[in-house]
Amino acid sequence: MTRYVMFRAGQAVLVLWAAFTAAYVLLRLLPGDSILIKFQNPELGLSPQQIAEIRAHYDGGASALATYLDTLSGFLRGSLGYSIDTGTPVTERLAEALPETAKLASAGFGLAVLIAVAIAFAAASSRSSWIRGALLSVPSLFVSVPVFWLGILLIQVFSFRLGLVPVIGGSAAQQLILPVLTLAVPISAPIAQVLARAVDQVRAQPFVPVVAAKGASRQWILWRHVARNATLPALTMAGLVFGELIAGSVVTETVFGRNGIGRLTEQAVNAQDTPVMLAVVVLAAVVFVLVNLVVDLLYPVLDPRLKAAP
Amino acid sequence: MSLLDVRDLAVSYDGRRAVEGISFTVDPGEVVALVGESGSGKSTTAHAVIGLLPGNATVDRGRILLGDADLATWSARRMEALRGAQIGLVPQDPANSLNPVKTIGAQVGEVMRIHGRGDRWEIRRQVVELLTRVGLPDPETRARQYPHELSGGMRQRVLIAIAIALRPRLVIADEPTSALDATVQRRILDLVDDLRAEFGTAVLLVTHDLGVAASRSDRLVVMKAGRVEEQGHTAAVLAAPEAAYTAKLLRDAPALSVREYREAEPAPREPAIVLHDLVKEFRLGRRPFRAVDRVSFEVPRGTTHALVGESGSGKTTTARMVVRFTEPTSGTVTIPGAGEGRRFRRHVQLVHQNPYGSLDPRQSVAEIVAEPLRNFRLGDRAARAARVAELLDRVALPRDLAGRRPRELSGGQRQRVAIARALAVEPGVLVLDEAVSALDVTVQAQILDLLEQLQRDLGLTYLFISHDLAVVRQISHTVSVMSEGRIVESGTTRQVFTEPGAPYTRELLAAIPEPVR
Repeated sequence: MTRYVMFRAGQAVLVLWAAFTAAYVLLRLLPGDSILIKFQNPELGLSPQQIAEIRAHYDGGASALATYLDTLSGFLRGSLGYSIDTGTPVTERLAEALPETAKLASAGFGLAVLIAVAIAFAAASSRSSWIRGALLSVPSLFVSVPVFWLGILLIQVFSFRLGLVPVIGGSAAQQLILPVLTLAVPISAPIAQVLARAVDQVRAQPFVPVVAAKGASRQWILWRHVARNATLPALTMAGLVFGELIAGSVVTETVFGRNGIGRLTEQAVNAQDTPVMLAVVVLAAVVFVLVNLVVDLLYPVLDPRLKAAP
Repeated sequence: MSLLDVRDLAVSYDGRRAVEGISFTVDPGEVVALVGESGSGKSTTAHAVIGLLPGNATVDRGRILLGDADLATWSARRMEALRGAQIGLVPQDPANSLNPVKTIGAQVGEVMRIHGRGDRWEIRRQVVELLTRVGLPDPETRARQYPHELSGGMRQRVLIAIAIALRPRLVIADEPTSALDATVQRRILDLVDDLRAEFGTAVLLVTHDLGVAASRSDRLVVMKAGRVEEQGHTAAVLAAPEAAYTAKLLRDAPALSVREYREAEPAPREPAIVLHDLVKEFRLGRRPFRAVDRVSFEVPRGTTHALVGESGSGKTTTARMVVRFTEPTSGTVTIPGAGEGRRFRRHVQLVHQNPYGSLDPRQSVAEIVAEPLRNFRLGDRAARAARVAELLDRVALPRDLAGRRPRELSGGQRQRVAIARALAVEPGVLVLDEAVSALDVTVQAQILDLLEQLQRDLGLTYLFISHDLAVVRQISHTVSVMSEGRIVESGTTRQVFTEPGAPYTRELLAAIPEPVR
């Protein structure tokens, strides 16, 4: 077991290094010039010569490999460089934006899981095949809704038409409601689909009639036997869609005007602010890898058969 | 008064009748065996009694009287109170009949929790008592273990413990031992007998195995195509079957038949398969595990050699080394005349246990049988078509089956297709790995006859892998008995069956169900 944990942790480190390197190379190859974007503004009145000096100050004239190694060791020590756009340390900008996004993402993810479980188990409990079919087609609908459109629609309906949630002002909790909903809907879809299929598969297994022969009711079987067996594939899917939270938060935060990692990413892309972009990519990779590591380590806890395996 | 009284019961699936008005009774403390082949409606009847028919099934008419109550009219909710408490179920497949993520203790205790018998401590105490009663060693540890940590026989004991936990008046045992090895099967059936004697529980035993039914039941109900062919006291039915179908079942059941032993003529023949000191080791963690331990035997050309053993005895690993799917760790397999590489594959063919799994569901019968010919580039299209027709004749399949797909065939037909495919490239040696184990007895008898005839006509040599001694007795000239990777006894079939030397062989032979008590 410890060997397995060590192996998986080693794998995670390797993935992070690869993500960092790939992002670094891609961002360097990117056409465009962050220094020009920032300093060519005529109001600043800088001559091309002065801009060249500034560029030399940033690059330091070091070779590409040396800069890469320097940045990498900086990341390892927790220093993520300085934003070209604002000149502040990237860590500071991330620290500012992270709590907002963490709130949004965790609430969105929680709600997504709730919606998925509700759809899958409502479908499994219903005796009418018509209701069942209708419930099972909901995820396909959810996944085909564009996030930006859903966000605008929700604002239109709930804020402007019904006046239930204030657009501006309102408490922190009130401000969270619509973005969380926008984020949760598309993410819940794949989880619901996988969960519903897993529930069907588990219910076809021979141990289910044996439980029924003990006198268990439909609900007893569903919640005490089927649920735990069906969790595993859904958990895998949940780990995978976690990555989509980050992509989803870019759009959601822009639509709802929230200051978070998504907004920060959008600004960094517009300003070609490579240090910030690199930091965001690595942060996303860290979260993704950690979540999937936790998912992998949870398998043996949920299914004792996996404990024996290496 | 009868405990269970089924009157004119009819059940259909999606409008198609599976049980066509059957009637029988079970008295308190009695064992009634419901015997029939697959599709006879025996399992449907049993599931109707306990109210566990699948969603597409409906009870069309008839009454299921348990005491005074007509269960056929009861609601699902009312049946829940009855299941587990009044009627217990011992299922068919112990490997998959327990929830893999719950402990044994939790699953045994569950039946008491559902029916609200006792608090947590009381249930825990009773679970250990039940596990002790069904003969599980170290029950406290077992209660904390998960199903995958127990053997098939131990799991079936756990399932029996669940079925009898609340002392129901009736236990339905649906093929309770068909997935178990012969010696384990015997111990499980003994246990069911003991519990019946102790608690006075009646047992409705559903089985395709006439041997099991004959040795364990008071009365027999023989079913065919949804109807009762014959019923009566077991001894009477066996001694003088009234229905022609019962007589046929009796004739075909390997355990009950009294066929002559097959004996090869004494003239010395050159060997077709020679195994010398064959060893196979697998690595399990750090220490090696010896699956096959110095196995040697010779099979004379044109005869059948049976490799008998229970699961884990190493017989399948040995077979895989004979057909060169697995490399031996040491020792040799020699098949004179086989050649090397692809020529070896032509000479040595394998027929699997599961004909459905070994046939490509998207190919037609003709394509399946012709595939080896295509692989070896034998003949043109017309020649291949002629060969396929000839092969179908050989295995006694009607030629118009050539265009069908495997799922449109019966189990016996599928196995005939698999045999035809193996014969396509004119092999000298067939390795038959549990080739008839999944078939009903009458079909099994037909396939065994076919194999015998093919051997006579084509001079084939068979290596017949089986756990079923009764079948082995019919088909083979010589036998090797395997246990824990070693051959514990070998000789002619007559010698091994009439004068067994090894204690293990004697135990195996004793486990063949005795027909008449």
